[in-house]
Amino acid sequence: MTSSHHQSAPDAEVVHSEPLLSVQSLRVFFRATDRSIARAVDGISFSIDAGETVCLVGESGCGKSVTALSLLRLVPPPGRIEPGSTIRFRGEDLLTLADEPLRQIRGQHIAMILQEPSTALNPVLTVGDQVAEVVRVHTSASKREAWQRAVDMLTQVGIADPAVRARQYPHELSGGMRQRVMIAMALVMHPQLVIADEPTTALDVTIQAQILELLREMRAKSGMALLLITHDLGVVAEMASRVVVMYAGCVVEEAPVEALFARPSHPYTEGLLAAVPRLGAEQERLTTIPGTVPAATDWPSGCRFRERCAYAFDRCVTDEPTLVHVGPGHRAACHLVDAPERRLSHSVSHNVPRSVPHSAQPS
Amino acid sequence: MTSEVTLSRQRTLNAPATLLPMLLIVALAGIAIAAPVLAPYAPNTPLDIVASKSLPPSRIHWFGTDNISRDVFSRVLFGARVSLSVAAASVALSLAVGTSVGAVAAFAGGVWDAVLMRTIDVLLSIPRVLLLLAISAIAAPLPLVALIALIGLTGWFDVARLVRGEVQSLLTRDFILAARASGVRDSRLLRKHIVPHLLPTLAVSATLGIASTIALEAGLSYLGLGVQNPTASWGSIIQLGKGLIDTQWWLTLFPGLAALTAVLACNALGDALRDHYAP
Repeated sequence: MTSSHHQSAPDAEVVHSEPLLSVQSLRVFFRATDRSIARAVDGISFSIDAGETVCLVGESGCGKSVTALSLLRLVPPPGRIEPGSTIRFRGEDLLTLADEPLRQIRGQHIAMILQEPSTALNPVLTVGDQVAEVVRVHTSASKREAWQRAVDMLTQVGIADPAVRARQYPHELSGGMRQRVMIAMALVMHPQLVIADEPTTALDVTIQAQILELLREMRAKSGMALLLITHDLGVVAEMASRVVVMYAGCVVEEAPVEALFARPSHPYTEGLLAAVPRLGAEQERLTTIPGTVPAATDWPSGCRFRERCAYAFDRCVTDEPTLVHVGPGHRAACHLVDAPERRLSHSVSHNVPRSVPHSAQPS
Repeated sequence: MTSEVTLSRQRTLNAPATLLPMLLIVALAGIAIAAPVLAPYAPNTPLDIVASKSLPPSRIHWFGTDNISRDVFSRVLFGARVSLSVAAASVALSLAVGTSVGAVAAFAGGVWDAVLMRTIDVLLSIPRVLLLLAISAIAAPLPLVALIALIGLTGWFDVARLVRGEVQSLLTRDFILAARASGVRDSRLLRKHIVPHLLPTLAVSATLGIASTIALEAGLSYLGLGVQNPTASWGSIIQLGKGLIDTQWWLTLFPGLAALTAVLACNALGDALRDHYAP
């Protein structure tokens, strides 16, 4: 299992020499037959420390899921991780690793939970078989031992009557239970890193809370790190120790969760926070960010958010902003960091909240 | 979804459109297996070349006798063995080769896929019957095993295309991604996660393939290029009646009916299965 047994509290200041996972200038391009190139992920860097929960946030189409898939080298063709990208896990570069050692990492050291539990389980295999299979492909356990471990794991993820449930097929289980099975599949080998791609999006609100609680519990128990991909800031507030905000294939802001909610530094982050509906707020319409994410084949020049940004000025058209330090562990890629006066002149006319929305308060 | 699947499966099993052809196929297979018990006479031994030659159907010889006094009923029963096993074996070969090639093409993708699929396009452009006629004419008489190999190895192209398409779409499914993310090897992925999902397609392909192969074998044998006398197959019995349909119609009618029944039953079952899996 993992070598690091420290249970990092969400707000612990992280000062390790080498993070568990470190992604450097990751670029994933999709080359179409008409020679257009979709730059789905375009030079992002972030890292995850052992035991930490990092949330990757952004709208649909901003590259979150592709980022998640590239961590296990599972980007579907014609997508390709471009040369020059590095993904280091426990000091090993996953992108240059041979197939067999990579296969051993998948499911054993880095596991993945997909969004849609009803399609992520094989309909013709029992759920017990699917959990046991993970054990079988990574250990020399016998069929019986693997089955026993699967049943134990199903117990741990809160499935009642696991010995009976294990013999059932996915269609015999509810959505919430299926997601518990997916979590059992992901955690049965005690991985150090679990990537969860919108694990609660497909579920009812009440079930969502249960699944998040389960993930938090399992994280606390095993000390695993969690990369949680979501567009739900409520989930972020509840789960994250650190947040990485993605927009149009780039990281636009990265911060500890409290700092992000208290002092968002990128207009996109501000917009996301403002878009969270608040109970008791007297507005007729929900706040939105105008426009949509541009096509990945045709990112705008300079800042990719400028077409939707209320503060955009001439520099945003010409210069692509880079991530700069704005606070402890807090970085943002926005020209406003150098020109804060431009923000003031707009803040009245543009309804941007200066405080943390209540529903998104970190718990 | 749950109940839908079980319901429609029950519907298929109970529907006469499935049940009747299935019963017929089981009956024909039973007859083929039990031929030595059921047949009143030895199929290949002349009974009495003088007294029992070319007799019409009667109570003693239900389907009559042929020009060298063999009992046609016994020969039709034994012919079921040969005709059905040639069809089954060559279709099995087609499915095995077609599934492997199709799966490899879908899995490997890129250049391999292109090469395999273009090769199949070329092979499909050659008329199968003409190819079979040419080869068997050159190599006749063919032993049974060679005949099976020949029919099997010219019948897998469609299967390969079908399987490739199916595997390609399966590979985009979430549960395949989930299995890969769990560290499942490609070989296991194929065996445990992909092949079970191909079974409906293969079942349809097999039943329809057997139907066309029975007809193909009968045709080749009728032309004297398939199963060789004295071995009885439905086609080779009909061949003996060639040109004698006005005087010795029983040589054509009974084996013809047998082949017709088998082909119809297989086609009907194949259609019913296809309707069930892809309505």
